[in-house]
Amino acid sequence: MKAFADLYARLDATTSSNAKLQAMQDYFSQAAPADAAWAVYFLAGGRPRRTVPTRQLRELTIAASGLPEWLFEESYQAVGDLAETMSLLIPTAEHVSDEGLALWMEERLLPLRGLAPEELAERLPQLWSQLDRPSLMVSLKLITGEFRVGVSKLLVTRALANMADLDAKRVAQRLVGYTDLSHRPTAERYLSLIAPESDDEHAQRGGQPYPFFLAHALQLPVEQFEAQLGAVENWQVEWKWDGIRSQLVKRDGRLWIWSRGEDLVTDRFPELHTLGASLPDGTVIDGEIVVWKDETSPDLLMNSEEITHQQAEHTPDEPIPFGVKPFALLQQRIGRKTLSKKLLEDIPVVILAYDLLEWQGHDWRNRPQHERRAQLEAVTAQCNSPLLRPSPLLTGESWQDLAQQREASRSLGVEGMMLKARDSLYGVGRTKDMGVWWKWKVDPFSVDAVLIYAQRGHGRRASLYTDYTFAVWDGPPGTERTLVPFAKAYSGLTDEEMRKVDAIVRKTTVEKFGPVRSVEPTLVFELGFEGIALSTRHKSGVAVRFPRMLRWRHDKPVEEADTLEILQGLLA
Amino acid sequence: MDLVIARPEGLYCPPGDFYIDPWRPVERSVITHAHGDHARWGNQHYLASAPSEGILRSRLGQDINLQTLGYGEVIDHHGVKISLHPAGHVLGSAQVRLEYQGEVWVASGDYKVEPDGTCDAFEPIRCHTFITESTFGLPIYTWQPQTEIFEQINTWWRQNAAEDRASVLYCYAFGKAQRILHGIDASIGPILTHGAVEPLNRVYREGGVYIPETHYAGDFKKSDPLLRKALIIAPPSAGGSTWIRRFGEHSDAFASGWMMLRGTRRRRGVDRGFVLSDHADWPGLLWAIEQTGAERVMVTHGSVSVLVRYLREQGLDAQGFTTEYGEEEAETENSS
Repeated sequence: MKAFADLYARLDATTSSNAKLQAMQDYFSQAAPADAAWAVYFLAGGRPRRTVPTRQLRELTIAASGLPEWLFEESYQAVGDLAETMSLLIPTAEHVSDEGLALWMEERLLPLRGLAPEELAERLPQLWSQLDRPSLMVSLKLITGEFRVGVSKLLVTRALANMADLDAKRVAQRLVGYTDLSHRPTAERYLSLIAPESDDEHAQRGGQPYPFFLAHALQLPVEQFEAQLGAVENWQVEWKWDGIRSQLVKRDGRLWIWSRGEDLVTDRFPELHTLGASLPDGTVIDGEIVVWKDETSPDLLMNSEEITHQQAEHTPDEPIPFGVKPFALLQQRIGRKTLSKKLLEDIPVVILAYDLLEWQGHDWRNRPQHERRAQLEAVTAQCNSPLLRPSPLLTGESWQDLAQQREASRSLGVEGMMLKARDSLYGVGRTKDMGVWWKWKVDPFSVDAVLIYAQRGHGRRASLYTDYTFAVWDGPPGTERTLVPFAKAYSGLTDEEMRKVDAIVRKTTVEKFGPVRSVEPTLVFELGFEGIALSTRHKSGVAVRFPRMLRWRHDKPVEEADTLEILQGLLA
Repeated sequence: MDLVIARPEGLYCPPGDFYIDPWRPVERSVITHAHGDHARWGNQHYLASAPSEGILRSRLGQDINLQTLGYGEVIDHHGVKISLHPAGHVLGSAQVRLEYQGEVWVASGDYKVEPDGTCDAFEPIRCHTFITESTFGLPIYTWQPQTEIFEQINTWWRQNAAEDRASVLYCYAFGKAQRILHGIDASIGPILTHGAVEPLNRVYREGGVYIPETHYAGDFKKSDPLLRKALIIAPPSAGGSTWIRRFGEHSDAFASGWMMLRGTRRRRGVDRGFVLSDHADWPGLLWAIEQTGAERVMVTHGSVSVLVRYLREQGLDAQGFTTEYGEEEAETENSS
């Protein structure tokens, strides 16, 4: 644990990628394979489920530190991180366990899950007494599932590739699914990550998906498309769907569904399991899982020609909405442990297929986009299931023409368009060397909102008032009206702005409710968000998706902030 | 009767008719130490500790009307016996003891309980009422012994020097800088100091405090390979300046009690944060308060409400004093 805590400290102490690479390589070359296996798991973003309830961690910390509860809370508010607060308050150990990460995880931390409170109260202090402060903090982060350190999966991949003298793409491929919760990291799995390349590697992959190819954001005026991207004919254009990017893997008579986070989500989508029977072995399809309910023809998911045909008969001003439903609805399903029959009926999903990555057991990723697309259409036609349809293609005579079609995005329930080079190969992650995909999103919604509550933030925003609740007016200017909260946001400000807002919050506090301060309404921000839906959980009656601060409207008095009516007008 | 009350000008002693560390110009002031938020311009009369004289005069002007007292020396002013006692914060820092008609009050100014070798160590003074600071008044703040921190700094510097990279250490120019210079292993490489630090080094050296040999950046050519082995001590305000840029690619660090928290460390955006403070940590505050034997405690700048509530729960008569101290700290380190 000590060695891993040291690695954490080294990674945390620097912003240089090279220094981080070096730190990881140093660790991997020293660590026992079983420890390295867990280290890769955590560094690549793996998070085991919380093993001890937060409430109990708090109680045990209060007991161990001998502090009153309110003082623990004050401390937590100043630190902004539970594991760190605990590590600062629990008396630290004199001598430190030098046993490895794997032993700590498998024999000490994971077995805590599900233990009775009395049992935990006995065991945890014993564990704590073997750890110094840095190791204590790291192990607390491991058991609370909050372990994060500034390395990307790509960087971990590079560290392993450098150390084992392998191609980073090969390591990336092997690493796919490594952090999935369903199987534990083992020495064997770690050693196979860094093993020399072998001929039968492809045959041994089981249900493993491929690394996802990701798109880059396109932020150019359309006039420059011709110059930057070339002729429109060279691009495959699709809508950008708002769902869960996924891979369907059918091999050895089984179907696996993976999310982009490389979590195995097969169980979350039982209605898609029938696809297992209709897809041949050795097929991998990249697509988007979306909620699809077509009110006009509920049983039918149109095929792409029909959709294109129908859309063509309508002007962009008045498109027929697709059956696709907002992501918020899908989110309601994802969170559920058990999926009731009613839920499956109310929130049915389909897969819109983007790409064919494997066919008849062969890796198709190095074939050009247009060839993969043609085969994808053949495969889905053969499969002939309303649950699996190719994402419809869009055609335009010019970029201008497409730009005009794109205007309909919001009313269609999509986020914009995807542009995929027709000759592009299927790359790994956000690379550009094998061809490129662009996401050409519509501009976010935006309103001018008033900051009314503030709370201290976490991580690098710790102890500063940086998490805000925003409100809009519930009536037009000149009437008796109040501010109605509708969104929380914490991102989008520079460090400098954060400090300024923090100072203003402290000066203009009206009341404190626990960690939350209400402030005099003096600050107006332009808030951007990706989507908006009706909600019964918010006073305002609407919920917005991905809200963030676009800019601080120093120029705008509070009275001129937007109204609820404007928000409601944005509801599709 | 209350020997000290809060007035708009500062902490005021009614029977003696003088202020302690006033933040607006007054006629008579007693100054606990020479940090800018405690020692301000424009008072007609200053009373301070003898060891603080050099720095006070260099900061407020050679011609200020300053009377000094040795630690423990007593003077009588309007029937109030005034004496100054070491606070262990920076060179010359003092607690102010006031005695009037058998009642004893002590105002701590800023203090630190761990002796550091660069100034007289904190001495607890028995009193009826103790006025304490609370800069680090949360139990999350507990300092490691300074020798351990100096060892961390040495290790960092040695590592950088081995890799031919300059080590830039940001810290407060008065007090912290000299404490670091006094404590580190000067044999690792040359030490350079910023122009804001060097004059204070001189005062410390004149006061008999060991400060290793230091150089100005101008003493070296930019191409001098020795620069890559150097430790550079600079105030936080020098960050990103042309002065810093001359050292090329370097590792940077910040020495402050606020570095205790990962969030503040990361916001600071430096490679390393060394947890070294010239203020008392939470156990230090509680220890000092206990040692005074005071039944009444007035809490100033920092976590006032937290410390007041905690002391009250311990059965003490505690209350907050609103002051304007700590601003300098807030600017150079971090508010809260």
